[in-house]
Amino acid sequence: MFENLSEKLDKAFKVLKGQGSISEINVAQTMKEIRKALLSADVDFKTAKSFTSRVQKKALGEKVLSAIDPGQLLIKIMKDELAELMGSEQSEISLEGTPSVILIAGLQGSGKTTFSGKLAFHLKNNKNKRPLLVACDVYRPAAIDQIEVLAEQVGVDVFQDRENKNPVLIAENAIKHAKTNGHNVVIIDTAGRLAVDEAMMSEIAAVKKAVNPQEILFIVDSMTGQDAVNTAKAFNDKLNFDGVVLTKLDGDTRGGAALTIRSVVDKPIKFIGTSEKMDGLDIFYPDRMASRILGMGDVISLVERAQQQFDEEEARQVQKKIAKNQFGFDDFLKQIQQVKKMGNMKDLMGMIPGMGKAMKGVDVEDDAFKGIEAMIHSMTKQERENPKLLNGSRKKRIAVGSGTSVVEVNQLIKQFSQMGKMMKMMQGGGAKQMMQMMKSQGGIAGPK
Amino acid sequence: MGIFGFFSKDKKDKLDKGLEKTKENVFNKISRAVAGKTTIDELALDDIEEALITSDIGVETSLKIIGKLEGRVLREKYINTSELNNFLKEEISLLMKDSYDEIPVINGPYVIMVVGVNGVGKTTTIGKLAHQFKQQGKKVVLGAADTFRAAAVDQLVIWADRAGVEIVKQHMGSDPASVCFDTLQSAKASGAEVVIIDTAGRLHNKINLMNELTKIKNVMAKVIPDAPHDVMLVLDASTGQNAIEQATQFTKATKVNSLALTKLDGTAKGGVVIGISDQFQIPVRYIGVGEGVDDLQVFNKNEFIDSLFN
Repeated sequence: MFENLSEKLDKAFKVLKGQGSISEINVAQTMKEIRKALLSADVDFKTAKSFTSRVQKKALGEKVLSAIDPGQLLIKIMKDELAELMGSEQSEISLEGTPSVILIAGLQGSGKTTFSGKLAFHLKNNKNKRPLLVACDVYRPAAIDQIEVLAEQVGVDVFQDRENKNPVLIAENAIKHAKTNGHNVVIIDTAGRLAVDEAMMSEIAAVKKAVNPQEILFIVDSMTGQDAVNTAKAFNDKLNFDGVVLTKLDGDTRGGAALTIRSVVDKPIKFIGTSEKMDGLDIFYPDRMASRILGMGDVISLVERAQQQFDEEEARQVQKKIAKNQFGFDDFLKQIQQVKKMGNMKDLMGMIPGMGKAMKGVDVEDDAFKGIEAMIHSMTKQERENPKLLNGSRKKRIAVGSGTSVVEVNQLIKQFSQMGKMMKMMQGGGAKQMMQMMKSQGGIAGPK
Repeated sequence: MGIFGFFSKDKKDKLDKGLEKTKENVFNKISRAVAGKTTIDELALDDIEEALITSDIGVETSLKIIGKLEGRVLREKYINTSELNNFLKEEISLLMKDSYDEIPVINGPYVIMVVGVNGVGKTTTIGKLAHQFKQQGKKVVLGAADTFRAAAVDQLVIWADRAGVEIVKQHMGSDPASVCFDTLQSAKASGAEVVIIDTAGRLHNKINLMNELTKIKNVMAKVIPDAPHDVMLVLDASTGQNAIEQATQFTKATKVNSLALTKLDGTAKGGVVIGISDQFQIPVRYIGVGEGVDDLQVFNKNEFIDSLFN
């Protein structure tokens, strides 16, 4: 996500390496680099300036303990400062009111409609709500069709009125509709509008006045440049929104907008969008983002994503199978599919501390498991259940069937049996034993 | 308006209006930086640098311009405001490339493939282009190869209806390369002069999606050997420095020939045009300076610079 910024900062910190304490001289050059890095990351000029001078003030005179070098100390100061700048804790959306009304606003192409779909999906599945999506974009061709398709995908209702060209009326009618039909959340998707377009800005202000939303969310493309400040300010002046949603963070943008917006309009970032799929919505955690910006990884998000995907019941079944020595290739396949569901491999790797940098320029394709899957698919049912059956001629058949080689098939079988051993050890409480084993092997060999 | 007199007054007005914010925020700031000063000092240089960087021109390009300015100040000791404007105009002009005015007439349809990240305005740009080509009396066929985003095909169909041009489509989720194949065959058979292909928005760091573009391009060449003749990358003017990365990655996958910069009227930071032109040898072909169908203008660098400085 923020690979580029982390990299630049790494470079800046190199200048400091090997110094005993942070002094006026050794910090000035670094600050200049940091400021340049922040600017290239689309952080607003003034924000970058005040940020670096704050960090500099804090850093000056700090005694550097012998255990850490000045670079590390500076990273810590910056991380704290960054987290503070982005809001020191995460902030949820308000779902009070019956129904609670959420108004979505933003520029054209910022991702409002996709976000609306994702939010409906999130509220339905994680918050047990019955959301109603409202199509208030009466301008863009096929905007109503788009929201209808998304609503169908996530399994929620849509309120639309193709004959009506007045968003205020549509929104009002939608709330009446929600009340009579038992919807407890109403998500109003609006047309994209430029902050400089007076008529359109007045229109959304009128929608706000008519429906009195609990929550107004301002949707921003995370790739936005220096103009993010002006746009956020203009929308805030008109709507006094409650929170910001940062979209398209699965791109490689340096995401300076995230740093800027909070400090400029003093509103929290409540969600981030990370894919085109309907489950690609994350809650924004400023401290995690700060760690991430500085290349310190985001382990908590990784664990949470894993938890979301792994079914506890299924895990119990797998454990039983392992205990009975019945763990077969089909179970292995299932596990792979679960890992795949967690998202883009490169994203996942980027969350592991230290990996962000290591992954620079490395392409982890989403089909990294393809070979393994093909091999397992080429096995018979008996072979999958009982890997011991796999003799030379069977291996040859599998290799041909999956377009791989016997060597690769052997590798898979070896990995599989090691995995089985490890799992048994874990069950027997032999975690320590397992760690040793992993160490001696240099970890489980990854795909490819 | 001088030498630009042959451009319609209306077009010029729209451009001026679309660039108004950028002008106010960037170039008036520069004038203020040197106002009342007889010569450009260190402080003024700093202010000019800030004005350039905050216009999204980019750190690299801004520093390049400042470096040259510094050199000139050192050499000549004295440079006043009007000279500064001329200096900046010249420098910026050197950084930018001009595009061609008319699409070339070739034997068979001229195929434009439109690519870009999500939400930059690809489909809208295509709708406007289709309308303009049709007005020029050209026979146009659109290809709805964004089969991924919800209702993308419907959106393009509406634009095709409005412009009164043909459209080739399949159902959602179908193979975009197959849509392109059909489109080109149909265009060839019906003697169309321009084909515009809409593709799904994709973030440039998604390898598989970028590979898909390469494939689409290869499939087109099977119907018409030189197609696509123009791969047009659409960029949102409010995008910051990531625009450069977008240009890099899309060029890698498809060899981008031209750029269209949308929503320039909405941003006070139109500088990204300058930065991109400097760092890529790809001409800006169209700029969007308003919502209207005719507000997608053929880019002309002299007109553009003139609008910013006068």
